[in-house]
Amino acid sequence: MSKQSKHWEKTRGLLFITLAIWFVFSIGIFFFGAEMEASSFRPLGYPLSYYMTCQGSLGIFVILIFWFANRQEKIDEEFGYSEKEDD
Amino acid sequence: MIKGKFIDNLPKVYGIYTGGFLGFIILMSIAESMGMSAKAIGIAFVSFTVGIYAIIGYLSRTLQLDAYYVAGRQVPTVFNGMATAADWMSGASFVAMAGGIYFKGYGYMALLVGWTGGYVLVASLLAPYLRKFGCYTVPDFIGTRYGGNLARVCAVLVLTVASFTYVTAQINATGTIASVALDIPFGIAVYVGLASILICSMLGGMRAVTWTQVAQYIVLIIAYLLPVFWISNKMGAGIFPHLMLADEVARIADLESQFGLGTVKNTAADLATVPKGLAGITKAHSSVNTTPWKFISLAVCMMAGTASLPHVMMRYFTTPSVKSARRSVGWSLFFIFLLYSSAPMLATLSKLSLMDPNLATGIIGKSITEVQNIDWYQNWNQANLMFVSDFNGNGTLELNEFFMGGKAVVLATPEIAGLPYVISGLVAAGGMAAAMSTADGLVLAIANALSHDLYYKIIDPKADTAKRLIVARVLLVIIGFAGATIAAMEIQGILGSVIWAFDFAMSGLFFPLVLGVWWKRANSQGAVAGMLLGLLSGTAYLIWVRNGGAGFWGVTQLTFGIVGSAVSLVSMVVVSLMTKEPDAATQRMVDEVRIPSGKTVLGKQH
Repeated sequence: MSKQSKHWEKTRGLLFITLAIWFVFSIGIFFFGAEMEASSFRPLGYPLSYYMTCQGSLGIFVILIFWFANRQEKIDEEFGYSEKEDD
Repeated sequence: MIKGKFIDNLPKVYGIYTGGFLGFIILMSIAESMGMSAKAIGIAFVSFTVGIYAIIGYLSRTLQLDAYYVAGRQVPTVFNGMATAADWMSGASFVAMAGGIYFKGYGYMALLVGWTGGYVLVASLLAPYLRKFGCYTVPDFIGTRYGGNLARVCAVLVLTVASFTYVTAQINATGTIASVALDIPFGIAVYVGLASILICSMLGGMRAVTWTQVAQYIVLIIAYLLPVFWISNKMGAGIFPHLMLADEVARIADLESQFGLGTVKNTAADLATVPKGLAGITKAHSSVNTTPWKFISLAVCMMAGTASLPHVMMRYFTTPSVKSARRSVGWSLFFIFLLYSSAPMLATLSKLSLMDPNLATGIIGKSITEVQNIDWYQNWNQANLMFVSDFNGNGTLELNEFFMGGKAVVLATPEIAGLPYVISGLVAAGGMAAAMSTADGLVLAIANALSHDLYYKIIDPKADTAKRLIVARVLLVIIGFAGATIAAMEIQGILGSVIWAFDFAMSGLFFPLVLGVWWKRANSQGAVAGMLLGLLSGTAYLIWVRNGGAGFWGVTQLTFGIVGSAVSLVSMVVVSLMTKEPDAATQRMVDEVRIPSGKTVLGKQH
């Protein structure tokens, strides 16, 4: 397998992990709105359903993108595809 | 202006700017205590900030193509994040979002989840690859990747439909704010708003829009956060509202049941006396009040729409590298998060200050005549944003007898909570910044697509730089005027048209963009079918449901993108597989796009 297709395979793997986490917090948990509301786990005292829509999912997305960017940069470095110019 | 030096000094320049703006706020509050009128403060705030944007727009003027189209591709990561956040957060986010949360609660929060979750798709599926491609506009990518003028024209068509729907809403919002703050009729205010938008973008294109958007972000985030923190502290709700409002949320739920929310219903005859556009509290503040599918379908539409709206995507064409495009998406979402996570807090504080009889500001349970004599009630009643009526004739204001416009949550809460008028002036400036920055991005997206993809690539490929830039600017003015003219007619509410824009973009562009990078086999015929059939079926579904059609799958006029994009995906895959696979050169181009390093696929000037 060529270097390029290995790189793409890893990139695709990272995409699937990222999208899986994204799916859980943007779609998956909202199938269980009522259960989240009834849950005794209350972050900062807010009902869980309320918390996830106000801050929880939103914050996770921010962290997820930075995590994804870091992992992708590592993959690019591994295959010598990182860009020379630094910003 | 020495450009290299300006880029190196960005933190300093914008640091001074932020300090200057804070100084201006302090100056205004001193002026207020010395007797400056509320009206004069409003005018000072709006004209001061708009004046600064105009100066930035003028200083960023350019005669170079890549500066005009992609800001010379040298916008640093974090600053591009700020500019994108301003580009993204429209008048609707600023003025209407907290109101939506206030009235609709959990069901509305799907928009927050959707408008943030979409950035994960932008970062992982599209932005870095489109940056590597090196295109000027989104149709530029579609046209080159799939080949052929037809694909390019289809992309321009979808882009124009989606962005134009969106931009009329933004010009409408600038007009609304300008008419309130400057005290001029709406029909004129719309063109005042338009003039300010054009000043920022006409001379310097993307470069000017970038640097004004950063300035606008700073104004809008200060204008949003300052009142939230101030009100929270003044009410004794918590120093840091985001982390400390759990008791207030629980208290609202108690008051809701105490005041008979959901059990006391208004008759249709009573409701007919309420002015148009105002609503009462009918939904629970924090509890789950919608079905999972309703929530999820709306969130999915907003996420896919986010990843297909061209004015956001083209912001990532301006970064120096692929790596910084990726990181820049993270920063964009961080800056958006600052405002979005505050909107529910503002809605909570606003609702509690009106409802809680233990607070001096609470009005529910007071006598109707007492409420009607409050100064702020009279002001906002005159502005047609508040209304009370004694339906049951007991002389006391009940929860179901109080009505408010959605915009009032952001615009009136500072006054209700007893903050000085200087804060209301600041909020007006913030709303203006939010609406202007989005309108700028959208008008530029449309004008650039028409001037680059339609005029230069198809009509007159031999046009020289000077001619291309003149065409781009003329189109910018025409699009702006067309948008303002339609905005002045006030066909659809601000938030409604924003949501439609997402559905249009999702219907026509989501799969052709994503598959362009992730599926080599996708070809021109497939993409054309995907764009056209997606847009057509989405539009047809919208018209059908608007005219009383029953709809299916629980898809409403707010989520018609689900139908459009499903048709788009199926037709794109089927047609692609039925026709010839793309030639070797195109496949090599896709391989090239997938590697971050090396030259862009399209040349620096094209």
